[in-house]
Amino acid sequence: MPQIFTASADTRLRAALLLVVLAVLGAGLLVGGYMDSSYATLVGWVRHQPVPFSHEHHVGGLGIDCRYCHTTVEVSKHAGLPATHVCMTCHSQVWTGAPMLAPVRDSLASGRPIAWQRVARLPDYVYFNHAIHVARGVPCVTCHGRIDRMPLTVRAKPFQMGWCLECHRNPAPHLRPPEQVTRMDWSDWNRRPEEHRLYGDLAVKAYGIEPSKLDDCNICHR
Amino acid sequence: MTRLLLACLIPVALAACGGMDHQPRYDSYERSSLFPDGKSMQAPPQGAVALDDPAWSAALENRPAMGFELLQRGRERYGIYCSPCHDASGHGRGTVPARGFPRPPSFHISRLRAGPSSHFVDVITRGHGVMYSYAARVAPADRWAIAAYIRALQISQNVPAAALSPDELAKLGEVAP
Repeated sequence: MPQIFTASADTRLRAALLLVVLAVLGAGLLVGGYMDSSYATLVGWVRHQPVPFSHEHHVGGLGIDCRYCHTTVEVSKHAGLPATHVCMTCHSQVWTGAPMLAPVRDSLASGRPIAWQRVARLPDYVYFNHAIHVARGVPCVTCHGRIDRMPLTVRAKPFQMGWCLECHRNPAPHLRPPEQVTRMDWSDWNRRPEEHRLYGDLAVKAYGIEPSKLDDCNICHR
Repeated sequence: MTRLLLACLIPVALAACGGMDHQPRYDSYERSSLFPDGKSMQAPPQGAVALDDPAWSAALENRPAMGFELLQRGRERYGIYCSPCHDASGHGRGTVPARGFPRPPSFHISRLRAGPSSHFVDVITRGHGVMYSYAARVAPADRWAIAAYIRALQISQNVPAAALSPDELAKLGEVAP
């Protein structure tokens, strides 16, 4: 009976197996790396907007509160994109002839909204309610980053499920006094760590927040 | 065994659907090809009356009782909607007038001190001069709260010494002898 396998068959089989294992590992790393990369999460990517609106100027420079424009953030699931007349409250008098603001004036004249490109967007299968987060004292900056330092608005956090769950499973350290919810700089919050830890724990109790239920699927997927 | 195989096929079938990110529905601020103005969020037809309209106008007509909570609410709302122009103390030297917006009058002039609170509510509702209406941004009850807080601001800059308690007078003496 002739030999079925050549002398090197065993080596080839091992090499092929090794290649398969490496390919699977490599594919895993590639996919995982892609999912966490800013290319997929869009963190830090500037989108082209009809008007190069600067939060740095309006929030950081002029000190306008977030709620001046995002008026429904306390009462609705949406923070609210400002209507054109909100822009024109000031820009009917300031920078009236600026070519940069032509789309705003056109929008007011025609009644057609400005076609802003959404930056902080969640997938349609996620339910998110701004009002409850604001009312319980999750500051704007936690999810939207230092918007007062963004000349052009970018996404600051990855908005992945794992990131949401980090807070939902342990909300206490993330809670701040709701009346200061639009404050951007919290660098002094941990100056007295024990007091502030106490604040978080008490807030969780006072608001009846139950972290054990906050990671139920139907909290966010309903 | 067949069940297991079918279960294995579910992810494949789901992946084939795709587009779970963008489901075929309109969200508030989405673009729409259905309506001529391109908005999925349509304005109610002219003359429509919302269910809460009576409560809305009642809140505008009836002045709420003055109290600490009203003042606190007023202070917060004033800080959000008024202070960019009128500044935190009501002198009208906010950051926006500093950039070229016409300077608003100070709240500490005799005309505004003597006028009724309803004047402020009216200006917030309808606008005044170059000031746009804030009716879409400030709810009726909040307009009264802001008016109440403006009253507090006015008192903060103009109170006869006789109206102060001895304690406050002593403090004042320490600061400005």
